[in-house]
Amino acid sequence: MNIFQIISEIEKVDPEVYDRLDSRRSIFKHMSGMGKTLAAAAVPMAFGAVLNKAYAQTSMAPGVNDVLNFALKLEYLEAAFYNQGLGAANGTATAVQTALRAGFSATNLAALDKIRNDETAHVAFLRTALGTNAIDAPAANTFDFTGGKGGTPGPFATVFTAPATFLAVAQALEDTGVRAYKGGAPYLASNKDVLTAALNIHSVEARHASRIRTMRRAGAMNNAASQTAAGTDRSASPKSWVSGNDGGGPAPAQTAAVYGMGAAPAYTPAVITFPGEENVTQGGVNLQTALSSLNFPAAAFSEAFDEALPVPVVSDIARTFVITGSTFI
Amino acid sequence: MSKITKAGGDDTGFDKPLYVPIKRRSFFMYAGATAGATALLLSGCDDDEVFADPTPPTPTPGTTVSVGSGDVGVLNYAYALEQLEAAFYTQLRTGSYYTGLNATSAERQILDDLYYHEVIHREFFKAAITGAAPTAIIKDLTPNFSAINFNDRASVLGAAKAFEDLGVSAYNGAGRFISTTGNGPLYLLLAGKIVSVEARHAAIIRDLLQEGNFVGTDVINSSGLEISKTPTEVVAAANTFLAEGSKLNVSGLV
Repeated sequence: MNIFQIISEIEKVDPEVYDRLDSRRSIFKHMSGMGKTLAAAAVPMAFGAVLNKAYAQTSMAPGVNDVLNFALKLEYLEAAFYNQGLGAANGTATAVQTALRAGFSATNLAALDKIRNDETAHVAFLRTALGTNAIDAPAANTFDFTGGKGGTPGPFATVFTAPATFLAVAQALEDTGVRAYKGGAPYLASNKDVLTAALNIHSVEARHASRIRTMRRAGAMNNAASQTAAGTDRSASPKSWVSGNDGGGPAPAQTAAVYGMGAAPAYTPAVITFPGEENVTQGGVNLQTALSSLNFPAAAFSEAFDEALPVPVVSDIARTFVITGSTFI
Repeated sequence: MSKITKAGGDDTGFDKPLYVPIKRRSFFMYAGATAGATALLLSGCDDDEVFADPTPPTPTPGTTVSVGSGDVGVLNYAYALEQLEAAFYTQLRTGSYYTGLNATSAERQILDDLYYHEVIHREFFKAAITGAAPTAIIKDLTPNFSAINFNDRASVLGAAKAFEDLGVSAYNGAGRFISTTGNGPLYLLLAGKIVSVEARHAAIIRDLLQEGNFVGTDVINSSGLEISKTPTEVVAAANTFLAEGSKLNVSGLV
């Protein structure tokens, strides 16, 4: 067993491994002492203990830079999606991009271009905020928006050729963004200006999500999308807000997690939970029960609140659109 | 385990924590944020009891309604805005613009949903603050919507747009006043759960007025960030829709 080779391998997926090990230097010392007295067979176990200690840090609440970099990754993902599908602002659209653009009504295309510009601006803003701590932009081939993870085109094979598929993926990405920023906010509270900036991005993502949903229920070619009422099948004809769990979203087999509950990591404050979007209990009060005298539709109680998602679940969702083997998300 | 001392987390939610006086140290932290105001604030602050058990605002005409300070102040501030929004959508339903809409129309269904959501928000805050700090909750506010013509689409949707955009900018601007200890993270999360729904509302209302204007340049800056507003800026707008005796005072939020 070559410990240093293993560490080298780990470094490929975790560039900060040396920092992690170094911060546990005392354990390293302790281990070298053990080496003299323990049988060689026991060393792997001891080494495992060191790694466990090193990675136990992931049970600590993420710092401000961690949260911002995670947000930056999501913005890279979103910006790449719109840029690949629609073409970059002021760029020359490819034939495929031109064809996709032709599949949207004028108002819808303008809306999508506006969203693309916002996401690109979010990337620039977060990179500036993070300065030298910002993670690098991933290569374009890091992503596979078909959901095939770099292999055979996945469930969204027509993502850049069929407007409806494009909007379906956009909804999943925007709704995920809203839930991700919401989940990250409590870890930014120590820096009030950063918190405010994140909140200011969060609500813009919600506006995007609203518009994408409006366009989905009216159809890509509709020029007056807001005038179309939602249907009964929320996964196919969503409201502009999340109603229940929206039937698992635009493609339930792939997007149910976007609307499901999240498992709170160990570092989460005890007061915070991550229920699914169909949740009707807020602050310990079941609102549907407590406010039953209002005689409101049952769905309204879940619609009135968006739910947060923790980082690990957001990562899982985002990995749907990242090639296998990439450590980007 | 700290879990045990948290009184069951989400099950009990808004129980004891806010009965506990806000720590003097926390207060100094807020006061210190605005150096110039510190002396003024301290002179008006004899002891911690002011923040633990504030006297309920007296509903005398001509006076203002203070939302208070600290986490309760933020909750009251949000409650006040939700009261305003809920009252607006309630009155909206009596006007001929709304009653003239076909029941199956998108516009009618959207306005119905907004009415439901805002009333639920108002009742949620009422229950939450009553549970956490029953003596500190602000009174039921009396709106003044005389500037709105509830029989006219442009007037109604224009007001709805103003309220929804204002709500989003208000929540975003108030996040910084929530504490980082105790139930603070929970309050921040709860506010976050509501503000994105308000943003979704704002987007569709703006689309109803002008298709594709869901995130107009009047609400975001060149970096794609929503422009948030301070409590002082927000109440300057909100107070124009509140009757005498119900106008808000947010001087406790600094």
